[in-house]
Order: sequence, then structure tokens, then C-alpha cells
Amino acid sequence: MREAGWSRELTGTLVAAACAVGVLPMLVSTYTLTVLVIYGMLGLSLGLVWGFGGILCFGQAAFFGLGAYTYAIAAINIGESTVPMLLAVAIPAGFAALLGAMLFYGRLTDVYLGVITLVVTLILHRFMNATAGSDYVIGNARLGGFNGIPGFQTLNVPGHPASYVWGDSLYYFCAACLLLVYLLVSALLRSSFGRIAVGIRENETRAALMGYDVPARKTVMFTAGAAIAGLAGALFANWAEIVTPRLFSLGQSADIIIWCIVGGLGTRIGPVLGAAGLSYLKFLLGQQGLIHNSVVSGAILVLFVLFLPGGIAPVLANAWRSVTQRRPRRRSPRRRGPRSSLASGDA
Amino acid sequence: MDFILVIVVEVLYAIGALVLISAGLAVIFGMMRVINLAHGEFMMLGGYATITAVDLGVNVFLAMLVLAPAVVGVLGLVVERLVIRHLYGRLIDTMLATWGLSLLFVGIVTMVFGNTTTGISTPIPGFALGDYQVNGYNFFIVLVAAALLFLMLAVLRSTRSGLIARGTMQHADMAASLGYNPDRIYMLTFACGSALSGLAGAVLAPLVGLVPTSGGAYIAKAFITVIAGGPALIAGLASSAGVFGLINQIFSFAVSPVVGEVALLVAAVVLLRLLPRGITDRLFRESL
Amino acid sequence: MPETVLETQGLTMRFGGVLAVAQVDFRLASHELRCLIGPNGAGKSTFFKCITGLLQPTEGQIFMRGRETTRWPAHQVASRGVGTKTQVPSVMDGLSVFENIWLAARRFLPPQAATRKADETITRLALGPIARGSPGRLAHGERQHVELGMVMAGDPWLVLLDEPAAGMTGGDVERLTEIVEEFTRTAAVVVVEHDMQFIRSIARIVTVFHRGAVLLEGHVDAVLADPAVRSVYLGQAA
Repeated sequence: MREAGWSRELTGTLVAAACAVGVLPMLVSTYTLTVLVIYGMLGLSLGLVWGFGGILCFGQAAFFGLGAYTYAIAAINIGESTVPMLLAVAIPAGFAALLGAMLFYGRLTDVYLGVITLVVTLILHRFMNATAGSDYVIGNARLGGFNGIPGFQTLNVPGHPASYVWGDSLYYFCAACLLLVYLLVSALLRSSFGRIAVGIRENETRAALMGYDVPARKTVMFTAGAAIAGLAGALFANWAEIVTPRLFSLGQSADIIIWCIVGGLGTRIGPVLGAAGLSYLKFLLGQQGLIHNSVVSGAILVLFVLFLPGGIAPVLANAWRSVTQRRPRRRSPRRRGPRSSLASGDA
Repeated sequence: MDFILVIVVEVLYAIGALVLISAGLAVIFGMMRVINLAHGEFMMLGGYATITAVDLGVNVFLAMLVLAPAVVGVLGLVVERLVIRHLYGRLIDTMLATWGLSLLFVGIVTMVFGNTTTGISTPIPGFALGDYQVNGYNFFIVLVAAALLFLMLAVLRSTRSGLIARGTMQHADMAASLGYNPDRIYMLTFACGSALSGLAGAVLAPLVGLVPTSGGAYIAKAFITVIAGGPALIAGLASSAGVFGLINQIFSFAVSPVVGEVALLVAAVVLLRLLPRGITDRLFRESL
Repeated sequence: MPETVLETQGLTMRFGGVLAVAQVDFRLASHELRCLIGPNGAGKSTFFKCITGLLQPTEGQIFMRGRETTRWPAHQVASRGVGTKTQVPSVMDGLSVFENIWLAARRFLPPQAATRKADETITRLALGPIARGSPGRLAHGERQHVELGMVMAGDPWLVLLDEPAAGMTGGDVERLTEIVEEFTRTAAVVVVEHDMQFIRSIARIVTVFHRGAVLLEGHVDAVLADPAVRSVYLGQAA
């Protein structure tokens, strides 16, 4: 039963993703789509940590930026993109594991967690902005301060440094990465680990009284989110072909949070759609000079918190359900599976 | 000798600036438990209010000490009525909504004033101390910060309104049953906190080039100062500003101002790890 | 002489200047059913929290089955097979009743077995009709049963129940009595309770707490007839 549900969902996801990946390039340039896909992955990373782990991280941009910088620095020093890509996932994850362990074993509450992650992001932002001099060098890579690091080796076919993956291929590569991450996240949430994580989100004390090591599990969740954000950062570096301290900025962190709120917390697809949709909106707005981008983001955030705190995905899911369930279907009652908690994630 | 004096002045100035930056937030977050992430923007608006007024020919001290707090106080009132009051008790939602407000203000100010640096010159001339040039305005900052602390202490401890506000924040129901309208008290307290933020932004404006995103520079410092201060409002504010101001200046002198900033933030993270409920949770517990 | 499964020596908990638990020596034998009674603020719940690891005692030691567990974090104590029901029902509102109980079983069992265990527990507690819904909308008494189910699903050898009868109606209390009796077949049970009728119906040995210390320990009838105990309760009532 559970396996049947999983395979049906798997098929559904693959078909929907294939359609979206194939159709969208007819409407929007693949260059723009690539970054939308990357932001979608970044949104998913916080959607996992916050929506399912209940950990509000105000500094998800820190891991994104760290991934991008790791990739750029490693690519300059190594010259072939495979190892840098792996490092770009591993280093943010390692940093998150350290930071997370410090925070969660210190039993800091939501609010303090938010403020500390914010502060850490600020520290990185300040530091990266201040690395303009020639003293700040890692191997052959100059950190470049405010101007960032340009001119590194971009993504290539593994083992063939001269065959670059760029343009349309980069778009399809990013889309495949997002799909893979999405499926991994889905599998994680279906596993016992994912269900325990949701249990911890709901009631930490109870989870501890059941015998679950809450700080350890939260640290793992936090690390998983950072790894995904790091991957998104590396892909972003490949797309932009430059990394700058702006990646660590508070504005970037704010964007990620807005994507999750607007898309819908506690769903998997919501943050992805929220990220892609809002970034596209921002892109369109960027082409006119009348209204400043921040005004739009700010207004959207305030209005959603006040009037639609659940985000769009649950609304869409309900609409979809009311369309599809008009003809009554007989289903055997579910015996197991975290359906109630993940139901909205089926959208 | 002169060098030591200069350092003392700089440290006092750093502490005073932290007190100013954090005072408004101490009221809004420390007392009301509203996480106002638009705090920095309130300060930024105080700065712009001052500069606009000075450009229109208003006396600079009048603009800083009266006009800016009034403008931002009224703005706080509006924000409280439109947004905050719907979110009391929902910490995370308040946090998000005020972050939205912060972006909104940044955007609006950029549209009105442009994304350029503006500023006013310091109204107090500097003077020489031995071989060193000292900024006279630093003394003014220290003075305003000290006056502000005493004023807050006096209001909260000795006046009827201060007492009512403190009581309401602790037991809104109890205050209501005594005949005070908590809704109104929350509104006014929020406005007072906003006015303090406006004052801080105004007083600090002559020292910094003001841009629409200036608020971002204050927000982290303000939060860590208030949080590290702990439950006692004024003793906490003074003690944590003291610790952080000292650390900031020592590292600024020893290495560089950027390292000073980073040292401050690192010290905050370490302090919160050691004393998660803030300094006054362990020390000065009985004070205000 | 049955084995001692839970023992505290000089257990003390201070909150600032307040002495909530003072030098408590406590012993519990395996399969024993013990009731803790005492007026509000006597320190019973604090004593509980020290044992479960939710609070770290200021002084004293705790031993479980001969092993010292003082200052262990809550999850480690629970992992040794200690099931706790908190004073305010602590359940996961965002999950279904079934998932709540499944998670409790999953800690000690592989997924398939946990599912069987959860189904079994739901049947035993007659929670079937509400198993698919969220505990968030249930009445207080029903939430208590859900939490008891979570304790039961972990197959504990030591069960700590903090005010299990609170908010329950007559029929519920009878069911609760049966559940507690059932627990004693496989575990030692400590119950904190105010409901005297419930105490009389289940208790054999009763420990009376007063001002953080043990005032008296003995058979339920003797204890409830004791003038000191009566004065503590009446003094509280007056």
C-alpha cells in the first residue's frame, strides 16, 4: 500500500516535471529558467528545514553563498568541476553541522535561533565584503571583497575539463538536479526519520520523552537543508559565472523566507513554486523602473502573513481536490503512512 | 596618556551608540516581546526625517531630538494599528511581517530619495586632545545615551504610565480587569519604542552616510544587545552595551574596524551560548 | 525482597531561592504501583521531571535498575524504557493519533513491527474511531488516553503518570484504572494524582509529599487516616 502510493507519486512527479521542463522553454528563455530552477532548489532547502523540521533559519543564504564561494574557489584551484561541485555540497553541510550542533545542543528557542542564524549570515557578509586586499587569498583564488570572484572554471562533463555544460544543457542539468533533490526530500520525509522530524516539529518535549535525541535529529535536518542550499549555490555560481558577497546578504535570506511563506510551509512543492514564481515576478519588475523591488517583496510578505499565512500550495491543493474528487472514488482505508502530515505536500 | 584618554572616549562613544541603537528595541522587544525586524528601518527613517527637516531650514537639534522621534513615533502608531496588533502572541509571524515592513520601507525610501548617500555635517566641531583629533559629537552621543537611560528608568519606575505599561506587558488580563485598556497601552508602548528608534537614527545620522539600506547595519547589533541584556530592561541594556562596546573598540583599535564589528557579533553568539537568557538573568536580577 | 528499579538519594531541586524538592529519598520496587499525593505545590511534578530528565536536579542522585541516571537528558532516560505522561497532555497535534502512537513504538521497533504495535495499542485502548484524526480537536480526557497509548506503545518497564485522571469522566476513570493495573503486570508504576477516589481504587502504598519533602509513606488507608496528612490537606483547603 505504502509502496504503491510512493510509486504512483513518483510517476506523477516525473511526468509533471518532464512536462514543465519541456514546455517552459517555449515561454521563457532557458537562461532565465535556469536561475528560477536554482532558486526553486534553494526554496526547497528552507522548505525542508523550516516547513518539516520546524527550524526557522534566517540565514539560509549563508549556506547558499558558502556553496557558491566554495565552488568558485575550488574551481580556480582545481580546474575541473567535479570535485568543486562535491565540495560545494560538503562544506556548507559541514558548517551547518557545526553551527547546528552548537545551537541545538544549547537548546536555544526559535527566536534566538532566528537571530543567531541572522547574525552568522551578517558576519559572513561583512567578512566577504572586507576581503578586497591581496592578503585574502585561498590557493590561487583571490576573494576579491565587494567585487567577488569572477573567471573560474564552470561546469564541465566529468573528466573532460574542455567540454563545458552551459546554456540549454545547464538548464536541463539544473532541472535534473532539482528533480533528484525533490525526490530525495520526498523519500526522506516518507522515511521514519522524516516522520520523527515532523513529530519533533510538533512537540519537542514529547519527542524527547519518547526517547528521540531531539538536538541530534535537528542538527541532521539542518545539515541536509544546508547541503541542498550549497548545491543550489554551486549551480548559481555556474550560471552567473561570478560570485559576490551579495549572495550572503540579508535580502537574499529574506527572499528565501518569502518564497516559503508564499508557496506554503509544510509542503514540498510550495517553496519551489514560490521561489520560481516570485523570482520571475521580480525579474519582470526589474525591467520597469517605477516600483522598487523591495516594495513588492515587502508588501507580499506582510500581506501573506496577515491574510494567507498557509501560503498558496494548500489553496491550490484544495482546489485540485475539489476538481478531482467530484466523482467519488473508492479507496481502501490507509493503514499507515504519514498522510495527514504530508497530505498538503501532495499538491 | 592622551592615547588612553582617546580610547576611553571611543569606548564610551561605542557604548553610548549601542544604547541608542538598542533602546527602542528594548521597549518593543524587551517589554512587549514583539520582534521588530523593521527596527533598523525605523532608525533609518529617523535619519531621513532629520536630514529633510534640516534641508528645509529647521534647527538641527530640534530636528533630531523632537521632530524625528515624533515622525517615527506616529509611523509606529500606524504600523501597530495596521499590522502588529493582529499578530500579538505570534512571534514568528510578527518577525516575518516586520521583515516585510522593513523591505517595504527600504523600497519606498529608495523610490523617494534615490539610492544615493545623503548626510548632514556634525553640528559640534571636533577638537584636539594632545596629538589626537577627537570628534566632539561623540560626547553628545554619550550624553544623549546617558540621558535616555535615566529618562527610561525614571518613566518606568516612577510614573503612573510606566507602571501601567509594565503591568500590562506582564499580565494583560489583570490590567484589563483593573480598568486599563491593554489594546491602547500596547499601541502607545509600541509608538514610544518607535519614537526612541527614530531618535536614535536621527542622533546617529550625522556620523554616517545615510542610504535607504542603512537600517541593516543596526538591526543585528540592536537585537544582540537587547537579547544579551536579558530580562532587566535598563540594567540589561546598559550592561550588554557596555560589554559589546568595549569588545568592539578593543578589536577596532588592535586590528581594524571590520574585525571590531565581527568580534562584536562573534562575542554575541558566544555570550548567548553561555548565558542563553542574557546577562541580567544571572546578574542584577532584581533591577529594572 | 523484590528488586529496586528506581531509587533517589537526597534528590534536591532549587529554583533560585525556592526549594521545590528537598532531600527526597525514594525507592520503588519492580512491578510496584505507587501513588504520590500532596497538596498543590508540594513538589510532586518537579520530582517527576527530575527523574525523567526534563529538569536537572540541583543535588542528589537517581538510580534506575542499579545504574545512575542523574542528569541524563530526557531522551536517554526514555530510551532506557521509561514511559512518561506529563501533567498537561503532551501530544503532537499536527499528526494523527495513529502517527503519535506509531512514533512512540518506532523508537524501539522497526517500522513494520511499530505499525503492528500501534494498531494493537489502539485496539487495546479502544481509540479506533479517533485514530485517523488529529488529537488537537479531542477532549482533554481523550487526549489523556492518546498519551497513555504513547506510553504503552514503548513497552516501558517504568511508567510515570502525572495526573492521568484529570479531565476524565466516570467511565474514563474506570478504564484508566484497568490500564494502570495492566501496566503493573509488566512495569513499575508511579502515579501523581489528586483524585482521591481514583487513588483509593488503585493504590496500595502511598507517598505523601509536603513542601518538597516526603511527609509520610505507607498503606493507603493508614496514610489517609493519618492526622498529619489530613491537616496538610485541610490546611490547604482552609
